[in-house]
Parts: sequence; C-alpha cells; structure tokens
Amino acid sequence: MTDSKDTQWPLWEVFIQANPGIPHKHAGSVHASDKEMALTNARDVYTRRKEGTSIWVVPSNNVVASNPDDSDMLFDPANDKIYRHPTFYIMPEGAEAI
Amino acid sequence: MTKQEALFTYTLRLADNALILGHRLSEWSSYAPILEEDLALTNIALDLIGRAQALYKYAAQIEGKGRTEDDIVYKRVERKYLNVLLLEQSNGDFAMTIARQIFNSAYELQLFEALSKSKNETLASLAVKCLKEVKYHWRHAYDWLQRLGDGTEESHSRMQKGIDDLWMFTGEMFEIDEVETMLIEEGIAVDNSSLYQKWNVVVTDAITNATLTRPTDGYMQTGGRKGVHTENLGFILAELQYLPRAYPDATW
Repeated sequence: MTDSKDTQWPLWEVFIQANPGIPHKHAGSVHASDKEMALTNARDVYTRRKEGTSIWVVPSNNVVASNPDDSDMLFDPANDKIYRHPTFYIMPEGAEAI
Repeated sequence: MTKQEALFTYTLRLADNALILGHRLSEWSSYAPILEEDLALTNIALDLIGRAQALYKYAAQIEGKGRTEDDIVYKRVERKYLNVLLLEQSNGDFAMTIARQIFNSAYELQLFEALSKSKNETLASLAVKCLKEVKYHWRHAYDWLQRLGDGTEESHSRMQKGIDDLWMFTGEMFEIDEVETMLIEEGIAVDNSSLYQKWNVVVTDAITNATLTRPTDGYMQTGGRKGVHTENLGFILAELQYLPRAYPDATW
C-alpha cells in the first residue's frame, strides 16, 4: 500500500478541445472510479460553460513528467539560442497574419 | 374544459415535474459523495429548473391572465401543484436518488422523443432541447445504477432498496385523463400510456444488467397529477416559497 493521503478515487487529467481542429488543452483533473465516470465528471466540471467540443481523460499516473531537479539541464540551454526564434525574417508587406 | 384550459394544465404538469425534481436534486448541493458528483447533480438540477422556467412562461402565456412564471411558482398552494408523486419523494440516500433518476429519465426519454413531434410548435421545440439534456441524465443515472448494483454488498442492497421503495410511484407517470385525451386528439399531447411498454423494457434491462431484481408490480400510488400529494411536497413548498411569502415582491 502507498501512504498517499488522497483517500478519493483515482485521479484523471482532463484535456478539453475548445473548437474542432485545435489542440486539446489541459484543463485540470477529476477523481473517478472508472473511465466512463472520468469522462462524465470531466464534462460536468469543465464544460459547463460551453468550453468544449471534445474531451480526453488520461489516468494521472500514466503521465510521465519531467523532474523539476532536471530543469537546469533540460531548459536553461535554450535561453541563449535566440536565433531559434523566427524573429529575424523581414515580414512581407501586407502579410499581417504570419 | 376548453382546449386552452387543457393546454394550460398539460404544460403546468410538465413544468411542475421539472421544478420539483430540480428542487430535490438541488438539495444535494454540497452533500453529494464527491465534488464531481455534486456538480453533476446540480447541473442536472439546473437543466430541470431552466426547463421549468420556459414551461411556466408558456403556461402563463396560454392562461393570459397576466401572471408571470414567478407568480405561478411562488404564489400557488400545494393542491394546485400537478407533479407526479415520484419526483417529490425525499432524496433518501444516494442510491434512492439514482433510482428516482432512472425511473424518471427513462420516462422522459420516451416522452420528449414523442413530444418533439407535437403539433404545438412551442412544446415541440422545447422537447428537442430537453431530449439532449435527458439523454445525459439517463447516461448519468444508468452508469451509477450499474456501479452501485454491481459494486459492493452494501451498495447492491442500498440500490435494491431504492428501487423497491420507489417502485410504487412509477405507475402514475403513465396515466392519462381528460386533459391529455383532449390534446392527444389534436396531436399536441403525448399519450403517456403508450410510453410504458418501452419504458418497462429499458428499465428492466438496466436493473437486471446491474445484477438487481425488478420489483413485481403491485399497488401503485397516484394523485399528484390531480394535486393530491404526499407530505413531502408541503415541505418543499415551505422552503421554496418562504421568502416571497414573507417578503412579497422582494427584489435584490
């Protein structure tokens, strides 16, 4: 047995797609005993105000997360690579949407 | 009885059913087993109260005496409320609430499917909207029925008790009287008695799938549709109507 203090049902991460064709974004989490309940709970908690057109739920313990201790190694090296940003192109006139 | 009076009573019955069940479900707010279920039940309550509001508005319009939907809800005595007895029964434990949801959602699925073909355009378009909501109410109740029935020994026995205790209130949903008869001829109202067969199949399947036992049909309670209620409705109205009765026309 784990000594987790969370006595509720398993945790699920909820991803909501706001409009067709755009990515599902992380909205939060819900507790649920099975996947059907996870989906309906996510619907009731996160789409009450017309936020969504599609829902994904994923068991939280299936999410592989990076370790905060590795932040230096993983993310700092990108700090001085300014040339990776597409800010050095001259924008053609009239192409405002690029 | 004129056709207008029949349509008023018919609409009022639909509205009272929605309001009283909506009120009952709203009582779960902050008491549900978990936060997510708290939101689920109050979402359903809001669907029902929204439906009630639209129907009361239409009823007031049919009546044409200048009453508003608030007048109809807050200034009407118990004997004038026309909801079926099933929906005013107290919440009991969570399993009993789910049993009530199963019986009523299965009925409303058939009802609104049929009412969406009504010759009355207002009722037909409301029915289309309600049907979407009720499909979810049914799904919610069905999933819980399976989990509780096929869960632990305690959840199974509580679910069975909920079904057994409320069974005698299910018959009233399928009654018709002169109000419906008049409107059925016009293609406006739904013949409740024609909904029973499918309801019976759907509910029996749901109950047996959940490893539970469908009760045998015995004496059925009746009266709510005529304004004769169990003691429960008085308590609901006491809470619902307290403020407007103590402070008439109060605003905030």
